[in-house]
Amino acid sequence: MDAVELTVNGRDVHLQLDPRTTLLDALREHLHLTGTKKGCDHGQCGACTVIVEGRRINSCLTLAVMHEGENVTTIEGLGSPDNLHPMQRAFVTHDGYQCGYCTPGQICSAVAMLEEIAADIPSHATQDLGEVEFSDAELRERMSGNICRCAAYPNIIAAIRDVAGEGEA
Amino acid sequence: MKPFTYSRAASVQEAAQTAASVQGARFIAGGTNLLDLMKLQIETPTHLIDVNHIGLNRIEATDEGGLRIGALVRNTDLAANEVVRRDYAVLSRALLAGASGQLRNKATTAGNLLQRTRCPYFYDTRMPCNKRKPGSGCAAMKGISRGLAIIGTSDACIAQHPSDMAVAMRLLDANVETVTADGTRRSIPIADFHLLPGDTPHVEHRLTPGELIAAVTLPPPIGGTQVYRKVRDRASYAFALVSVAAVFGEDGSARFAFGGIAPKPWRVDAADAAVGSGPKAVADAALAGAQPTAQNAFKQGLTARTLASLFRQKEARA
Ligand SMILES: Cc1cc2nc3c(=O)[nH]c(=O)nc-3n(C[C@H](O)[C@H](O)[C@H](O)COP(=O)(O)OP(=O)(O)OC[C@H]3O[C@@H](n4cnc5c(N)ncnc54)[C@H](O)[C@@H]3O)c2cc1C
Ligand code: SF4
Ligand code: FES
Ligand code: FES
Repeated sequence: MDAVELTVNGRDVHLQLDPRTTLLDALREHLHLTGTKKGCDHGQCGACTVIVEGRRINSCLTLAVMHEGENVTTIEGLGSPDNLHPMQRAFVTHDGYQCGYCTPGQICSAVAMLEEIAADIPSHATQDLGEVEFSDAELRERMSGNICRCAAYPNIIAAIRDVAGEGEA
Repeated sequence: MKPFTYSRAASVQEAAQTAASVQGARFIAGGTNLLDLMKLQIETPTHLIDVNHIGLNRIEATDEGGLRIGALVRNTDLAANEVVRRDYAVLSRALLAGASGQLRNKATTAGNLLQRTRCPYFYDTRMPCNKRKPGSGCAAMKGISRGLAIIGTSDACIAQHPSDMAVAMRLLDANVETVTADGTRRSIPIADFHLLPGDTPHVEHRLTPGELIAAVTLPPPIGGTQVYRKVRDRASYAFALVSVAAVFGEDGSARFAFGGIAPKPWRVDAADAAVGSGPKAVADAALAGAQPTAQNAFKQGLTARTLASLFRQKEARA
């Protein structure tokens, strides 16, 4: 067992973990933060997306011990039922889900993704590497790491566009 | 996953020394390939050495006017680096064509170079696979081989190298810089870094056990029009069926490197020399001696068509 300290949603937590424990399992099984979902457990779906030190990652493909001392934000830390994060509210307003299984991952991914655009990080959809411009093509490409089996994609894009202040396309 | 112990290295020396002294030890960087394979017990290290905190995350100019990319630089940061975007655009483009935003935030330069094949039978421990279990046979030859290699293969293995980044690095003549436990440093040209399968498909690169990649260096910028085109089964978040990296020089010369079609990033001098004769001639030179299966023979025509689209892209920019 290895001792691991993390800051999860602003709270310091101390865990004793088998080094095999992924960050995803530490969140769900040990901290009982079941908002973060396990879809494939192999980096192929994005359901497990959380924000670590400001960056979105797949929590299924990383070990909890590797994040000693780091800040983790999950869907529970973005907002609460009576105080929704703007991205959570926008998903409700635009009906950006059906079954909801992919939704926590979509929302965490979208929040961090908008930061990536603001930080001038390019994507496969960026026309001119010199300058990142906002477009639906950019959003679709940048959100491609989050699969939605219900195919709520058009409404997901609408919700993100709304939060980004870009309105209707 | 099989049980293992974990330690966090504080320096390059410590990482290399631990690797040399602990049997069954492996480095872990982003973990996006190694953990995936450990969950399936395809990789079974007994000890993991975390190399994320040993100071190899910088991108800096070299004395020769090139670029030195630390082994632990994340794919996102490399693609977004100003100098790379301006002077080595084909590398940014190749990185951005790979995986997803989440994965690129974790994936590292060294880990990307060393990622293992996506052959479906390599992942299926119930099936014979010479790469996973030497001597057990190859299930792909008579199985699902659509995504696999068409050239550089052997009777033992037809797996493809899945990296996009490595294709651009091959095009740019990068060097892989390494260090061993006794402090020996060496520089391996990327052309020699990955090995063809031959009779030993489980041996994939020139690193000795415990040898650590410290950096990848790029020669001074070569200018020209730099493009990367990746063809895959869906528009994003999928491995290449065929990818082509190209630099078209202002003097009419060109360089080409190919992904998805070979066990290593593929480059052939004769293909570069054929640029004046058009995309079909370049494809023919690059694929001379190809031995596709019935399922992946389409990659030959697809390579030619991908090249044709790059020639058009270059013309549109001229
Ligand atoms: C769903 C999915 C889709 C993907 N799609 C693509 C794609 O389209 N294109 C593409 O190119 N890639 C793709 N990838 C692969 C991804 O790019 C690799 O997993 C990643 O680059 C590996 O880097 P890492 O740092 O996570 O490596 P790790 O998993 O940490 O390590 C990989 C290997 O490298 C070794 N290693 C790591 N660092 C060092 C070092 N400094 N010295 C010596 N050895 C070292 C490790 O021991 C291990 O054997 C995809 C992955 C997934 C899961
Ligand atoms: S092609 Fe190579 S990796 Fe795939 S089953 Fe055959 S030996 Fe294994
Ligand atoms: S559960 Fe992590 S990507 Fe699917
Ligand atoms: S809402 Fe059902 S998977 Fe996305």
